[in-house]
Amino acid sequence: MESWKNHKALFAAIATAPLTWLILFFLLPLGIVWLYSFGTNQGLTQIDISGTFANYARALEPLYLGILWKSVLVAGATTIICLVVGFPVALAIVFASDKWKPWLLLGIMLPFWTNLLIRTYALMAVLRTEGYANQTIGWLHDKFGWLMTLVGLPPPGAYEPMHLLYNNFAVIFGLVYVHLPFMVLPLYAALDKLDKSLIEASLDLGAGHLRTLLMIVAPLAAPGIISGIIITFVPALGAYLTPDLLGGPDSQMIANVIERQFKRANDWPFGAALSFILMYATFIAIAFQAMKARQAEARQ
Amino acid sequence: MIGLPKRTPIAPLEYTRRLWMRGWVGLVLFFLYAPLITLIAFSFNDSRRNIVWRGFTFKYYEKALNNDSLMEALVNSITIAALATAVSVVLGALAAVMLWRFRFPMKAAAEGAMALPIVVPEICMGVAMLVFFAKIGFPTDLPWPLNLGAITIAHITFCFPFVTMVVRSRLASFNREEEEAAKDLGANEWQAFRDVLLPHMKPGLVAGALLAFTLSLDDFVITFFTSGPNTVTFPVKVYSMVRFSVTPEVNAASAMVIALTVILTTITLKMQSRMGTIAQGH
Repeated sequence: MESWKNHKALFAAIATAPLTWLILFFLLPLGIVWLYSFGTNQGLTQIDISGTFANYARALEPLYLGILWKSVLVAGATTIICLVVGFPVALAIVFASDKWKPWLLLGIMLPFWTNLLIRTYALMAVLRTEGYANQTIGWLHDKFGWLMTLVGLPPPGAYEPMHLLYNNFAVIFGLVYVHLPFMVLPLYAALDKLDKSLIEASLDLGAGHLRTLLMIVAPLAAPGIISGIIITFVPALGAYLTPDLLGGPDSQMIANVIERQFKRANDWPFGAALSFILMYATFIAIAFQAMKARQAEARQ
Repeated sequence: MIGLPKRTPIAPLEYTRRLWMRGWVGLVLFFLYAPLITLIAFSFNDSRRNIVWRGFTFKYYEKALNNDSLMEALVNSITIAALATAVSVVLGALAAVMLWRFRFPMKAAAEGAMALPIVVPEICMGVAMLVFFAKIGFPTDLPWPLNLGAITIAHITFCFPFVTMVVRSRLASFNREEEEAAKDLGANEWQAFRDVLLPHMKPGLVAGALLAFTLSLDDFVITFFTSGPNTVTFPVKVYSMVRFSVTPEVNAASAMVIALTVILTTITLKMQSRMGTIAQGH
């Protein structure tokens, strides 16, 4: 690495364009939103930066605090389910034969490359009342309902379709569907680097598979597990599309409230305050991850 | 272990050969793919709202292709993705070389700021773009394709840091002695860059470009906040159609985009593996 002072002209030629772009089209817009979060509405489009904390105070009202808390719970549940579902998958990829490994990785990554809206739409088609899930279960119900009589039960009545869409279940289902690859890939990266002989040693010395997993694999792969958790949790917390399309009236998350402030309620200062609360939450999560990663590095 | 070819006994670490593990992976893959495969399959079904198979048809593809507003949205999306990719690759490569080659004051801050668009929640970035373009009074009545300017700028902003990330990891494997040798042999700064550094960066640039293209094509939230009534992209259009109902026409349009994604991903992997073999040959 060389100092910029020895090649001032070259450094300027390389650095000007990306830095200017970043400042002008990213940091400046975020800065404006940050200023707006301390502002008050004056008329339709006029916002007065009065330095007030009223917008943040309003976000702490029970209604909005409830939605914030609910967003954290939904994102947390999504992350835990992704971890439980994704861990064995990552393990399976790590120990797969060379022939299968790239195909399994591709299998996990391909949905991740597919358009988010299309994936959400596909879930709507599966989950809605007259969707594939209900029709399949209904068909099985009608075809095999008579089996109930074999065990002495009365045959079931007509099939009542389940309400799978437009509720909290659908939101978590959709978030897990979308974010599973985010969890599997970092877990895979962490487990792949693991020294396999440590696992063998643990098994040789008499520990069972579960004990080895909990006491050897999990602590060694902890940085990867934490980064998987953060990478899943952060976008799930800020999810807009999934709760909007799959959720019901009571499954709104923080991003839906932000959208409403900007597009319909036209209360930009309040929306700005809410989006910065989301930003701060993200920063805290990432700082936590960086801290844990540094601790793990120091230990090695 | 019924049905599995049992040539050798399963070693303790061959987790992937255990039946429950295979079952679990199979279920997860089913969970990931079943909705997409049904979506594609039923785009060929000659029935408007039933899961009963009524025969094979291309009717809904014809309908989707003749739906002018849907096609306009798709053309907009591809145009934006192409423009955003071109600019992102240049900006991303410059930023990667800057961070890889130089020491400069506030470097840590610049590095952090460069990674920020990757981690900031989409909704926050969408809001920032909406506020920014409203504040500077970005004209909304420009002729095509200039009216896509605001969306394209927003897309470049979130795409180029990804290119930087990919190219920088590629640069880490560059041997600086090659560049020094070129300069010793009389190459100037530009020639050394063009003939030595750039060929080394190429796989990173290709991977970064495809990543940028997919990200741009995929984006809904940020576009939703920057698009006007006349600048509808494919995801935004599908969003407005999906809000009302689930129709085979949307299935057909989605199937076409999925096909595009699969083709792009295949090309990337093919190119990467070929470049991998070339790199090993050196």
